[in-house]
Amino acid sequence: MTFWRFLQQNWPELLTLLRQHVWLVFVSTLIAVAIGIPTGILLTRKKSLRSPILGIANVMQTIPSLALFGFLIPLKYVGGIGARTAIVALVLYSLLPIIRNTVTGILGVDPNVREAAVAMGMTGRQVLWQVELPLAMSVIITGVRVAMVIAIGVATIAAAVGAGGLGVFIFRGIRQFDNNLLLAGAVPAALLALTADFGLGLLERHFAIGRRRKPDTSLGWEKLAVLATSLIAIAVIGEILADWRGSDSFTHSAQTAHVVVGSKDFTESAILAEILAQMLEARGVAVERNFELGGNLPHDALLVGKIDLYPEYTGTSYTAILKHAPITDPHTVYEQVKKEYAEKFNVAVSDPLGFENTFAILVRGADARRLKLKTISDAAPQARNWRAGFGQDFMSRADGYPGFARVYGLKFVEQPREMDLSLTYLALASGQVDLIAGNSTEGRIAALDLVQLEDDRHYFPPYEAVYLVRSDSLARVPALSEALAKLARAISTEEMRQLNYEVDANKRSQAEVVREWIKRKGLAAQ
Amino acid sequence: MSESTDNPLVEFRDVSFFHAAASAPVISQLTFSVQQGETLVLLGESGCGKTTTLKLINRLLLPTSGEVRVENKSTIEWDPIRLRRRAGYVIQEGGLFPHFTVANNVGLVPALERWDDARIKKRVNELLSLVGLEPNEFADRYPGELSGGQRQRVGVARALAAEPPLLLLDEPFGALDPLTRASLQRQFAELTRRLKKTAVFVTHDVREALLLGSRIGLMHQGRLRLLETPENFLKSKDKQALAYIETLALAPTGSPAAEESA
Repeated sequence: MTFWRFLQQNWPELLTLLRQHVWLVFVSTLIAVAIGIPTGILLTRKKSLRSPILGIANVMQTIPSLALFGFLIPLKYVGGIGARTAIVALVLYSLLPIIRNTVTGILGVDPNVREAAVAMGMTGRQVLWQVELPLAMSVIITGVRVAMVIAIGVATIAAAVGAGGLGVFIFRGIRQFDNNLLLAGAVPAALLALTADFGLGLLERHFAIGRRRKPDTSLGWEKLAVLATSLIAIAVIGEILADWRGSDSFTHSAQTAHVVVGSKDFTESAILAEILAQMLEARGVAVERNFELGGNLPHDALLVGKIDLYPEYTGTSYTAILKHAPITDPHTVYEQVKKEYAEKFNVAVSDPLGFENTFAILVRGADARRLKLKTISDAAPQARNWRAGFGQDFMSRADGYPGFARVYGLKFVEQPREMDLSLTYLALASGQVDLIAGNSTEGRIAALDLVQLEDDRHYFPPYEAVYLVRSDSLARVPALSEALAKLARAISTEEMRQLNYEVDANKRSQAEVVREWIKRKGLAAQ
Repeated sequence: MSESTDNPLVEFRDVSFFHAAASAPVISQLTFSVQQGETLVLLGESGCGKTTTLKLINRLLLPTSGEVRVENKSTIEWDPIRLRRRAGYVIQEGGLFPHFTVANNVGLVPALERWDDARIKKRVNELLSLVGLEPNEFADRYPGELSGGQRQRVGVARALAAEPPLLLLDEPFGALDPLTRASLQRQFAELTRRLKKTAVFVTHDVREALLLGSRIGLMHQGRLRLLETPENFLKSKDKQALAYIETLALAPTGSPAAEESA
């Protein structure tokens, strides 16, 4: 599909994401200005505070954005998932340039001018408002400009905490190896940054002293800048109104049948969420989709009631959430998870959906045939000459790499590369690594001619797909239990691979793929 | 040196000023007074304490010991804002606000004093004419668009705007070329005579002191060595005064070279 056609088809979503992005940046910059300029002014008055506060702001900016989001998620009031966390992080990043430039700008005012102002009998407040701030304004606006351009970049990562924005396209593009998605996220973000840079540059020139010789010629630019600023302001106000109206209708429909469906940030989770969402919609339930939440965010969101349900895997719940040591019997794991979720979280576990998404140890088909590899034990002697690549998740979790290497006595040429999970398939197929730990339901396993080695020592715990649902949601929405009952053991591993392949490799929309599948299985009607 | 007068506008009583860090006083035991209507010129080389003396008058600084009285009230008792609005201040380069037009610069103190717009505009035009700047041509310009001499005229106009009883001038003409300086000095002398302004004028230029001063105070290392009328200053046998007078002989008056020698 050409980029142009892609844009035509995804235009409405792109606009929504762009609006969210602008809104995040605008609100956070506004807050950062409201905090940063007064702080900067204070620092010009209290010299002893200057280096500690600038130091803190400096450190804040060196924290990698993903790590900062990580810190913020568990915090009450400022954290969690969604726009609030993103705005808090963006504000923290924007503070340094604004504070620093306010200080530099004010201290840079000609001391003769300041002395004259005082000697003329201006009060401290008058000196600040009529002399220092106007003369420092262009330097301060440079700081705002830098802050805004940084915020536009960092806001792309806000998609990882469910705040939306153009990062949604970028993350999805990385997962699905879709350059169109990547471009559709990156190009508007870059254009946005350039526009903000240019617009604030004009504003900055407006305040620069000595630029006023020919006010008539700059009038055109000033009008343009005013126009652009008003357009942005109108868009933001529109967004706020839409939000307000949206939240209004939200509270209204929450009283009737309204379900928020969540998902993790990979295709399969989104497909499973979409399946249930469409089945509920077919049963007259209003559904809100809150998909593609990173890490353990869906779990947190479920507990606080931000979402009503999301697809999960029993092994993940057992080890990552309940912190048990991995075991291999699927039945025991399922029963234990069901029991503890009911007791601890008041969350119900659906019947298994019929397939497992476990770690699949994958090698190239050519290697498997040449070396006659069937099991992981067969491959262990070869590992000495091999390089491995694993997702961050696999490297760190309890049932991941350290135990795996020990059980099979694996030793690679070098320390395994830690990379994005979805990139490992390509890295394997293109020969940059020789063994990876993928997902058993990954759609591209067959397409890339990869072979899964059997876990002959039963190292990996079972990862049966289930839905986790809040008990109060089940009670509130009767259609939910009925839909879940229909999905019990309804999806085979083969079917799941096929669904994943349609979305990831054939680049079809997941709503459409899911709609066809539901129709084929006859799951739409009651 | 000490005088007994009925009603001085400014009076220094045994004033000393120390910087916290420095061991030597910036000025020590200064006693003199400035009479209504006179122009007192403080003459001295850089670092002699003449600018500090000026700043003690409008309370940009407070004395370490002794007392500075303005209009029969110690500066420590004055509300600094009120005091400063009664003392027009002119510094080198004018200290004009670069983001204000000429009219707004001149009308600054009247605006702070909440005069109505029409009155401010009338006053600004009056003052610009007074200092030799055509109001229609200059009112809407910015300081960056003026020559050094024009900026200095605006600075003087600004200091005069709210009709303050006192003018404080800190080497106002120091950075100008000799011809512009000479012309401004003549105009200033005429202006103060006409308006009967009281002024304290700081300079390192003995010719300027002789031209403008009703009396000349010669400062050296923080002390007042001499306080005399220009005529008596020229007859003085004081060592420092003689050194200044010698520079006049080296360069005949009227020659631009004289301007560089002070």
